[in-house]
Amino acid sequence: MKNSIQIPDFSRSPKVDQVGIIERASRFQTRSIKNESKIQALEMVLNMIDLTTLEGKDTIEKVNQMCYKAQHLHDDYPGLPTVAAVCVYSAMVATAKAAVKGSGVKVASVSTAFPSGQTPFSTKADDTKFALDQGADEIDMVISRGKYHQGEYNFVFDEIAKIKELCGNQARLKVILETGEIGTLDDVRRASDIAIYAGADFIKTSTGKIGSAASIPVTLTMLYAIKDYYLKTGTMIGMKPAGGISTSKLAIHYLVMVKEILGNAWLTNKWFRFGASSLANDVLLQLEKQRTGGYQSKDYISID
Amino acid sequence: MSKKKIETEKMNWEYAAAPESASHIQLKEKYDHFINGKFEKPSSGKYFDSINPATAKKIAAVAEGNSKDVDKAVKAARKAYDNVWSVMPASERAKYLFRIARLIQEKAREFAVIESLDGGKPIRESRDIDIPLAAAHFFYYAGWADKLDYAFPNRKPKSIGVAGQIIPWNFPLLMAAWKIAPALACGNTVVLKPAETTSLTAMKLAELIQESGLPDGVVNIVTGDGKVGAEIVSHDGIDKIAFTGSTDVGKLIQKTIAKTDKKVTLELGGKAANIVFEDAPLDQAVEGIVNGIYFNQGHVCCAGSRLFVQESIKDILIKKLQDRIETLIVGDPMDKNTDVGAINSKSQWETIQGYIELGKKEGLEIFQSSCKMPKDGYFIKPTLFTKVAQSSRLAKEEIFGPVLAVQTFRTVDEVIEKANNTPYGLSAGVWTDKGSKIFNLTSRLRAGIVWANTYNQFDPTSPFGGYKESGFGREGGLHGLSAYLKFD
Repeated sequence: MKNSIQIPDFSRSPKVDQVGIIERASRFQTRSIKNESKIQALEMVLNMIDLTTLEGKDTIEKVNQMCYKAQHLHDDYPGLPTVAAVCVYSAMVATAKAAVKGSGVKVASVSTAFPSGQTPFSTKADDTKFALDQGADEIDMVISRGKYHQGEYNFVFDEIAKIKELCGNQARLKVILETGEIGTLDDVRRASDIAIYAGADFIKTSTGKIGSAASIPVTLTMLYAIKDYYLKTGTMIGMKPAGGISTSKLAIHYLVMVKEILGNAWLTNKWFRFGASSLANDVLLQLEKQRTGGYQSKDYISID
Repeated sequence: MSKKKIETEKMNWEYAAAPESASHIQLKEKYDHFINGKFEKPSSGKYFDSINPATAKKIAAVAEGNSKDVDKAVKAARKAYDNVWSVMPASERAKYLFRIARLIQEKAREFAVIESLDGGKPIRESRDIDIPLAAAHFFYYAGWADKLDYAFPNRKPKSIGVAGQIIPWNFPLLMAAWKIAPALACGNTVVLKPAETTSLTAMKLAELIQESGLPDGVVNIVTGDGKVGAEIVSHDGIDKIAFTGSTDVGKLIQKTIAKTDKKVTLELGGKAANIVFEDAPLDQAVEGIVNGIYFNQGHVCCAGSRLFVQESIKDILIKKLQDRIETLIVGDPMDKNTDVGAINSKSQWETIQGYIELGKKEGLEIFQSSCKMPKDGYFIKPTLFTKVAQSSRLAKEEIFGPVLAVQTFRTVDEVIEKANNTPYGLSAGVWTDKGSKIFNLTSRLRAGIVWANTYNQFDPTSPFGGYKESGFGREGGLHGLSAYLKFD
């Protein structure tokens, strides 16, 4: 917890005007990103991806294959970066950790009874401790949405603060709001404030497990929360939209938004991530198109 | 295997140039008047240059009108009114208007490019706002043409005759549409004069009208400066004047027609108050402030040029506003990423620059974007003055440029009093999360348009017009029809 900072009254979080947010959001999508800006953006996107597999049927082999892809996105294209991290369940952390060793790719573990968070806190703490013991570099926790809707903001806050304490210096903490369950943009803003003040290093939109995932208006609302916190404290907080971002064009619009709201300083994988499983391949297709002038068959790009 | 490491501490990502192509547009070297369905050389034989304000280079020559040209145009309009347009079934009139609307949509890209070349506005605005709205106005009023009897229950509307229409340079095609569409829908014919710095899209509209098969003389366009406007205003054959422009000229028009029975609507200047309360959604308010004053380089009569901020949120709001201004891209109007384009003309550039110097001399605190500026052409950085007093000239006079004067207030009553303390009354903005506050202000602000939690939204169905020295009469919506009708 950031002790020196005064905790605000979350029931009075800044208001959000939905019409205004949607209007601003649509402006990012009219930006025209061409030529060298586009190539640079596409490479940035690759380097910001948390390559993710979160399935009941995940196996050691599957995780190993994904981890190889994380480091070798498309070896036919020289000089490509790796992704930022791989994101797995805690049971797969050790496997992933070994598979990406020495590459600089981080291992993120979802935690705290992902995706619902409907367990006692002791279970969430154990879940987190296990992931950390296995060597996780990042913890992606979910907040207790039920408690949020009961108005128990302090409960939600305390859970985050305690998980942050467990993470210590070992892991950076991403806090998943699951905005599709949180409700209006006013709620998204309030939940963002709770997470940030409770100690989140990153705030993240979604688990990817429900229909409604990241969107530009939701992400924009969260970026404004990050901006306000930065203006007040000088501390940077990261942002991770997750789920539903599967095309290069959309990903670039997210970068435009981050640049125009928070500035170039946030345009690294230290401060911005995409939670995505299929985005990388579309980016690779676009990069090849920029390089060769034509779209390649998807068969030239490996799945995983 | 070594992987390229992307610099992880600080990324410098800028947008590459994304210019809209101008290769598909067809511009003539010289444009004549459009009278009685034909392009006619000016009787003076003289032409003047139309300049691209982003490069200060000539793009075409435009006919210089005089009293003879105006007389010819008015006679053509009268003949068309008497013989064709006023006696045509209204449903037939509607068909022509629908056709014009569709043709504008078809040629939208060409119109957008010419609008940006000739006037300096960013292509994003001409493409996404000016041209689509112009088409929307024709569509909207086309729909009214055969329903006028139902628009005013128990009254029998009749067309007026020949309308003289004088339009400004800030939204050239859109203003032409605002004027022509309702006039024609109501059965009138028109003589239109575009502003001298931005005649080109009006002349392209003339070509389009010719192509649409509109009967000769229903729309006539005479180009030139204020003298041509004066000829139209004082011509005996004109039944109605519609003018959008400066308050000074508006007053002159009123004097000229004082002894006649000409009908008139005037849409004049403004110095709108944009009011932000402490409970407002601040980030969206910042967008509204930026959209209110930097949209179209501030060349907007309803621009939110006076910002009133509740004192308790002054510091954070100004900080956010400054950060936002820093992200505005100023430059080539033809680049799709440009947010703020070129000032419309050299003389307007000098006027705005004069006000900025004045603000500095008055000792106001100035903030300007640190953006890169183009070498040629007429550009002004988005500018913010804080610590402005109600008595400062920057808070009183219409600048018509990207210059915002920021004042603070403490109570609701105080801000209403200050907002109304101006000879103008065109528009205002209110930003608050509280609905009752919105209704309180909208009923007490003396302005024709009050936007709540948004700014500069336009729609053909919504009436637009001012109080006090911002003019009278309404354009748009049902109200816009009555300006072009008379009742028994």
